[in-house]
Amino acid sequence: MNNKELIPQLFKTEYRKIISVLCKLFGIVHIEIAEDIVNDTFLLATETWDLNGIPQNPSAWLYTVAKNKTKDYFKRQQTFSQKIVADLKQQHALSEEPEPDLSAQNISDSQLQMMFAICHPSIPAEAQIGLALRILCGFGIDEIAEAFLTNKETINKRLFRAKEKLRAENIKIELPDESEIKKRLEAVLTTLYLLFNEGYHSNTSQNYLRKELCLEAMRLNYFLIENENTNQPNVNALMALMCFHASRLDARTTETGEPVLYEAQNKNSWNEELIEKGNYFLIQSAKGSVISKYHLEASIAYWHSTKIDNPDRWENILQLYNQLLQIEYSPITALNRTYALSKVSGNQKALQEALKLNLEENHFYHSLLGHLYSSNDKPKAIFHFKKALSMAKSAGDKTTLNNHLEKLK
Amino acid sequence: MTEFMMIFRNDYNPSFKPTPEQMQASVKQWQDWMGGIAAQGKFVGTTRLSSEGSKILKPNHVIADGPYIEMKEIVGGSLNVKASSMEEALKLAEGCPILQIGGNVEVRKVIPMNN
Repeated sequence: MNNKELIPQLFKTEYRKIISVLCKLFGIVHIEIAEDIVNDTFLLATETWDLNGIPQNPSAWLYTVAKNKTKDYFKRQQTFSQKIVADLKQQHALSEEPEPDLSAQNISDSQLQMMFAICHPSIPAEAQIGLALRILCGFGIDEIAEAFLTNKETINKRLFRAKEKLRAENIKIELPDESEIKKRLEAVLTTLYLLFNEGYHSNTSQNYLRKELCLEAMRLNYFLIENENTNQPNVNALMALMCFHASRLDARTTETGEPVLYEAQNKNSWNEELIEKGNYFLIQSAKGSVISKYHLEASIAYWHSTKIDNPDRWENILQLYNQLLQIEYSPITALNRTYALSKVSGNQKALQEALKLNLEENHFYHSLLGHLYSSNDKPKAIFHFKKALSMAKSAGDKTTLNNHLEKLK
Repeated sequence: MTEFMMIFRNDYNPSFKPTPEQMQASVKQWQDWMGGIAAQGKFVGTTRLSSEGSKILKPNHVIADGPYIEMKEIVGGSLNVKASSMEEALKLAEGCPILQIGGNVEVRKVIPMNN
């Protein structure tokens, strides 16, 4: 492996570790200093590894350099030394300049704590995802911009405001108390869920990026499973959901990035290993007495991952959607529930209920109506598919709708 | 949108012992009906009451067994929904499975807590 491949890869795996440790050491107020030090470290790696070759243990090299740069920083910054180091010395009861602890234990603790800091309820959701991608996943600004389908400037502004907020709220890098952990965990799970969905439903044409976002969300979720305080049933349920969905990542788009509808997917290209992991985490999630929306969504995804067309399948899916809607309404859940109803009770019954949904502004709604009318009212089906087409934004959705219209001709 | 409460009442029939299949079919009917309301974003919450072990507390610490002796009808549960009018709330109540077994649905407007 050469530098050009190795460094971006190390950036993805090591950036978050070093920055979490440094942020914990400095306090989140000085997150920018931590970012500068890690960026400088990677810059130096790019320069020297080109000249002198790749060191034997590249990660250890990065840790040593980051550690030295931190110590240098403390020495150089007079004002910083006076203000912060005095505090730090007091806090850590040190006589010497503090140095970053890049042990495996502290790295893993710091990353987990950093997750809780970033997913603090006072930070807007969009900014949380941006920060998580930047700091916990080592994504470049251009990649984040591409994932959100926006420009670098917008992302930079969003991250800047998010960091301001972290500072203003003086959010601590620590695990919340046991009494608070369940509530705060909700916010962390929401961010991971959004992060995953950002990848799963992203309109970006970059297939690799979509997959990468999903895998990062799963990796962060796994941190929560590895720690006994955060290894809760809903965490396992979300992990199961992600595994089931991720098992179809390769099957649901063509090589050129066009979507393949569920019914048309080649079931043999579903990832068996991920389906089995999904089953494992779903079983792990069946503890305690609370059924979270992740439990219900994971169970729906479980039924979608079974290859045998069990007659009970759609009935089970319908009942899960009924329950899910009672916990949390969303237009897409309402539409999926109505689709499941059509599978159980037929298009006519589903149509009656679809017409009550009041989602005229949603192009998936018209797509569903098009589907439900297809069997016995072609003109209406065409009308709704065309309506959906006029509202659809992504090229993939448009292709799908055009295919439906083609079939009705 | 205003909140309404639907109160489900039915004749008290202690001899009716549904089979597991009947129970399952009944749960499905209720869930499909409530799922349809939830799919419209109008579901607020629901309470299902057990038909066993009811007690009535009267003044002066008098505790009586169940309401069943004095009343012909018993309350089976309730469902809170959001609707723009009483007419709409009644329309939502139309598919309620209790109507199919001779019961009735009382629809009442909920007074918001902060008023």
